[in-house]
This record gives sequence, C-alpha cells and structure tokens, in this order.
Amino acid sequence: MSKGRFGIHGGQYMPETLMNAVIELEEAYNRYKENPDFQKELNQLLQDYAGRPSRLYYAGRMTEDLGGAKIYLKREDLNHTGAHKINNVLGQVLLAKRMGKTRVIAETGAGQHGVATATAAALMGMECEVFMGEEDTKRQALNVYRMRLLGAKVRPVSTGTGTLKDAVSETMREWTSRIEDTHYVLGSCMGPHPFPTIVRDFQSVISREIRDQLMEKEGKLPDAVLACVGGGSNAIGAFYHFIPYPQVQLIGCEAAGRGVDTPDTAATIATGRLGIFHGMKSYFCQDEYGQIAPVYSISAGLDYPGIGPEHAHLHDIGRAQYVAVTDDEAVEAFEYLARMEGIIPAIESAHAVAYARKLAPTMGRDQILVINLSGRGDKDCAAIARYRGEDLYE
Amino acid sequence: MSKIQQAFQNGKAFIPFVTCGDPSLEVTEELVLAMAEAGADLVELGIPFSDPTAEGPVIQEANGRALAGGVTTDKIFRMVERIRRRSSIPLVFMTYANVIFSYGTERFAAAAAELGMDGLILPDVPYEEKEEFEVPFRNQGLDFISMIAPTSHQRIQQIAREAHGFLYCVSSLGVTGMRSRITTDVGEMVQLAKEASSIPCAVGFGISTPDQARQMARKADGVIVGSAIVRLCGQHGPDCVKPVADYVRQMKEAIR
Repeated sequence: MSKGRFGIHGGQYMPETLMNAVIELEEAYNRYKENPDFQKELNQLLQDYAGRPSRLYYAGRMTEDLGGAKIYLKREDLNHTGAHKINNVLGQVLLAKRMGKTRVIAETGAGQHGVATATAAALMGMECEVFMGEEDTKRQALNVYRMRLLGAKVRPVSTGTGTLKDAVSETMREWTSRIEDTHYVLGSCMGPHPFPTIVRDFQSVISREIRDQLMEKEGKLPDAVLACVGGGSNAIGAFYHFIPYPQVQLIGCEAAGRGVDTPDTAATIATGRLGIFHGMKSYFCQDEYGQIAPVYSISAGLDYPGIGPEHAHLHDIGRAQYVAVTDDEAVEAFEYLARMEGIIPAIESAHAVAYARKLAPTMGRDQILVINLSGRGDKDCAAIARYRGEDLYE
Repeated sequence: MSKIQQAFQNGKAFIPFVTCGDPSLEVTEELVLAMAEAGADLVELGIPFSDPTAEGPVIQEANGRALAGGVTTDKIFRMVERIRRRSSIPLVFMTYANVIFSYGTERFAAAAAELGMDGLILPDVPYEEKEEFEVPFRNQGLDFISMIAPTSHQRIQQIAREAHGFLYCVSSLGVTGMRSRITTDVGEMVQLAKEASSIPCAVGFGISTPDQARQMARKADGVIVGSAIVRLCGQHGPDCVKPVADYVRQMKEAIR
C-alpha cells in the first residue's frame, strides 16, 4: 500500500504530472519540520503576527444557561485574519518559500483560507492566486474584496456546482499546468499525501494549547472536544493531541444542511460512502455510480462532499464521533452565542456550538467541554440576515 | 501479444478518445464503428465523471452533457456489448478511480472482460497506487495503462518497466485540451522509456492538427487525440459521426 495512509484511507491518487511535486513537498517538509531555524521562524510568526497562543475562554453565561458541563471556547476567531486557517498557511507558505517557490495558489470556500493565503503571500512577498467557486464569490463578496486588497488574484470557478469542490479541482488543474515555481497551499487536512499530515501538524498547535491552557486553569484534560468538520482541518487540529487519551471524547460536527434525509446536505460521514477523489481515499457523498454529489450547506466552508482521511479513520476505529447539525440549528447557535457571550462565531463554528447546546446539559457540572471556535462570524452576517428574511447591504 | 499491442502493428497507431454518451450512447456507438472504419487503431471510451480533474474545459463539458443525459456505467456496458457484435477494434476505458472503485473494482474488471474490453486508463491513479487496480484487471486479462508526464524525470524508467499494453506519454503540463504548440521534449521522454522497456509509446494531450500528429508520430509509436474529437461532437451533436470519421481518416493518413 502507498504512503500517507490512515487505516485504509489517504494515499496519493493524483495525476502523474503532479507526483514529483508531492514527493518534493514531502521531502522538503520532512527536512524542515525538525529544522530549528524553520521552527523558530514559524513560531515567531505564529506569536507576533497571528497572535498565538489563542485564548481559552471560560464561557460562564453559556455554562450557566445550559446547566451541565463547564464550557470553554478556544478562540481561533481571534487569530489574525479571523480563523484557524492562518496556522496552516503560515507554515505552508514559509515551507514553499524555503523550497524556492515564488507563487502560491489556493482554493477557498467561505474565503477564510483564501484570505489567509493572500495574507501570508503579501507578508512573504509571493505571488498569489485564489480559486473560488462562482457561487461562493457571491455568498462571500467581502472576502473576495479582501483578497484583492491583499494583492491576490481571485479566479472565480464556474465549472460543476461552482462551490468548494470545484475550486479544489480547478486549483489542482492549475497546479498541473505550472509546478516549477508554484506551491499549492491546500487549506484542509485532505488531498493527496503529504497534505493531510502537513495540515494536521500545522493545525495541531490548537490541541497543544488547549491541553496546556486547561491543565493550567483546571489541572485536567477536557471530557469532550467539539469542532465543526468540512474537510476537517480545525477539528483535526483540536483533536490531535487528545487522540492518545480515550477519556477525551472527540466530536466532529458536520453540516447537515436542510437535513441528512434530504439531498441538500454536506454530511459526509452520515450520508457518504467510501470512495476516491481529490487525491485521497475517504468517505464521499456520491451516487451509486460514484459520481460526486452536489452537496449543500448554508456554510460555504463546510460545503464539501468529502472528509479528510484521518477523520475517516478516526470514525472507522470509533475514536471520534461525527454528528450532523442542520442549517437551522447552526443559525440558532450563531445567534445564541452572540447574545449569550457577545461573540459572533463563523457559521461553520456555529455548527459545533449547536451540538454543544445539546451535549452540555447531559454532562456533569464537574465535566469540561471545549468548543473550537474556528473563526469569527462577521463574514456571515449578511447571509444570516438573509436567512432570517432581512436584506442587508454588505 | 495483447490485443492492445496489436494496435501498434499497423504503422503508427492513431488512438481517438470519445466521451460515452455525448451526445448520446447511440451516437457514441456509431462513432466508434465509423472511427474504426476510418483507420483508428484503438479507441478510448471515456466513462464520464462528475469532477474530471485531469481534463480541460472541452472534455469537462462533454462529461457534464453526458451525465445530464442520464448516462451510467451500466448503460455504457450495454453499448459496448452492441459495439462488440459489430467490431473487434481494441477498446480501453478511460475514466476516474472513483467510477471503478464505487462499482466494485473486481466486479467492474469482470464485467469489462466479459464485454471484450482490452484495458483501462485512470489518470488519477499513479504508479504508487496502481496495484489496487492493476491486479484485478490483470486477473481478468485486461491491461492497466500507465502514464508518464513531462515532470516524471527519474520515474520514467521505473514506470515503463512495469507498464502493460502501451505507455501513455503526456505531451505537456496541464490538463487535456488543444494546444497551439507543444514545447516538451517528447522524444527524450520516449527514449528514456524505450531504454527500460519495449512497450509501445503513444503520445497524448494537446494534439489536434495533422502536423502536430505527424511530428509526435516521428518520436513515438502512436498518437492519442481527445479534445479535438470531443469538440467536434459538441459542435455537430447527433450529426458528428461523419465529421469525426473524416477527421480520423485525415489524422491516420498524416501519421501513417
């Protein structure tokens, strides 16, 4: 079996044209991940530029309101650019620079990864192009402007369903045509090896900090960690250092869209089957002939028909649990957290908040539940207002 | 000698590609027979996939049209059955890993053998992952076709040594589609492959004119053309059989 497997998942299902590029990337990553200079530069950027460590905030009002577990919010929304995406991007762009690349390309759904990549490219003086589904450029017009402001070129993708999966396909196509000077900054823990491992490693700073911060505040590990899952990068980052501790419940919250019993869903674990797509073996939403399904979620960032291979494996072995959260529940949680704690979460992260509202009351008051608040919700205000029947000018 | 290798016995091989079901499976059936008649040595039958990541816009759109028209793997199998009653031209499927995997790789391989197919091309399955597909197809007597690309460098000989049927030499960086110029040193790629194996080498990606085909055929054993044919199918719809057959005749003539 090939490299980069998580159980039966993962692998490198890529066109031959890109094979030397992913091999070169793997070699460079293995060389630099232990390199003290590289690590020092990355850590400095994470601290001084991205604002790490991010806060672990005790959500007292929410805890009291739900009447069960003590709830902590891991504030990835407070990072520079407003989401966890910057952790991975700083690592990858720094790596690309060391590899002698002068141009980065990326896919984006909600625009958070695109903005983060454009930001890192501006910071490190690299050329940047971001592929974004045409549908998403409309849903997230502000982020399109933000990327252009940062000097990136935004390429709307009109093929297929015009959403995240098509943006990924188009970025892969672009990489095939220009490899020599270009690194593909994949935004989630998916795609061909070594991307799922690289992205997970760069995001695992989240669980390392949660562990250290909680040990300091409470002197123990959490009982449950919740995170939203599209491809799954914030979730794998929040889970990773807790995987060896079976007493810590790991829960990924997928986007059910209008419901897992409707065609308008993006809940891969709930409705998908084993398949091979975008470079990896994993679970995908697909029809009986293996055609990838046109998925749907109110959240552009979770609107993806697959899930990262490490999550697929954690599901197989029962180490993590994956639940589906509907648009309605996510929107209610979006509004709930705003009023309850004065924090407006990304609609993606609101999926995790929604499940926490169900789970916390079933847990004891001596137990601890951590929600990874992967991003801030400013970008979503207009869309949520529309969902509630109110038209806002962005 | 496998039936695929026999396709290279008639001068330089001309290998056209069609997307099954664009514009309809009835037309695809007639196209295959007409192309065989016009001098095609082997035909690649594309099973459409929703998200063909190695294709340029022309074949992407053909995939979309075919799927929108309700084409499925099973319907394509029934079309091959009809073709096989009328022609013994070597045929290979070209599709994406998930189409095969989702059908059940062994079940697909058995069905393809039963139909009299000769091989399979999966652009998203490189050397490192090929065993999963190559073995079940080989067990059914079908060749799993390997690909080399302009970026393959040190991988070429390793890939060539284990290749079956023919070696698919990707002429250019990027996705499928017509190109005005091909700048890669295809001759060098083929030469490296030939040092490692006696396998026939066919060049594809970006070739559309008789001149380009002639140039490529000088350096290799065959020429593969997809987008230029699929574009004719898109332009002429149900009336594409004659223009495609004329085109195939002209291309085969150019490389003969």
